[in-house]
Amino acid sequence: MKAHLTRRYMFSASHRLHSDEMSEDENRATYGKCNNPYGHGHNYMVEVTVSGAVDGQTGMVCDLIDLDGFVRTQILDRYDHQNLNLRSEFVNQVPTTENLCIAIYEIVKRGFKKAHLERIRIEETMLNSFEYKGENGR
Amino acid sequence: MVYLTRKAEFSASHFYHNPAFTPEENQRVFGKCNNPNGHGHNYTLEVTVKGAVDPKSGFVVDLKRLKDVMSREVLDAFDHRFLNKEVPEFLTTIPTTENLAIAIWQRLAPKLKAAQLHRVRVYETPDLFVDVYGEDGEA
Repeated sequence: MKAHLTRRYMFSASHRLHSDEMSEDENRATYGKCNNPYGHGHNYMVEVTVSGAVDGQTGMVCDLIDLDGFVRTQILDRYDHQNLNLRSEFVNQVPTTENLCIAIYEIVKRGFKKAHLERIRIEETMLNSFEYKGENGR
Repeated sequence: MVYLTRKAEFSASHFYHNPAFTPEENQRVFGKCNNPNGHGHNYTLEVTVKGAVDPKSGFVVDLKRLKDVMSREVLDAFDHRFLNKEVPEFLTTIPTTENLAIAIWQRLAPKLKAAQLHRVRVYETPDLFVDVYGEDGEA
């Protein structure tokens, strides 16, 4: 039987929501206090869900050590205690949590080959969360 | 269609070991989970059933019956047990969270008559959980 395995990870980062394509007034109207020029930060919680048949030998969908190692080096080392706006993927894109979700999905999809990536879900605060399941996801 | 989820908790011990592996392979694959004396977790189980809302009762399923089935089929068998030694499924399969979720699905699915089992989710810790949707479950 196929199983979905989800692991939660945390990182802290700062960002500022601001689009160069909008005027100052439009930016303030669109992003509110998230447009504060000095930026602000969050404790992000990222859930990575992978799936696959449960291996008969190990009882596992994939080795958690492999998943943890990949997420640590490719996601947490990249974003933890960083200013998201300064990362290359957000130079031309607003680092909303929607876009962060897509960026993390693309990194995991491209680099992690030990199980099928189902979903990335990010909680930006206790009150909001975002999910991305790829271009064809439901 | 309405989905209804009921939670339950159980505590159990286990260890990971495949007799087909050498001691070195077991240690490499399972790490500290290979300690033969076992270790334990507080598991959280979420059982999600689906169905139409009954117009007379307003229920998808009688929660008391669902709770009884979960208690009888899962909690009575798993809670405060050494899974490898006391639960029949794990005499022959490794009690990973994946296999726990599958075993719970297989125990519950035939017993839930009024509503259809949709998902079994098992949390081993707050940061690690497994979902199964059955053999015909969603991709």
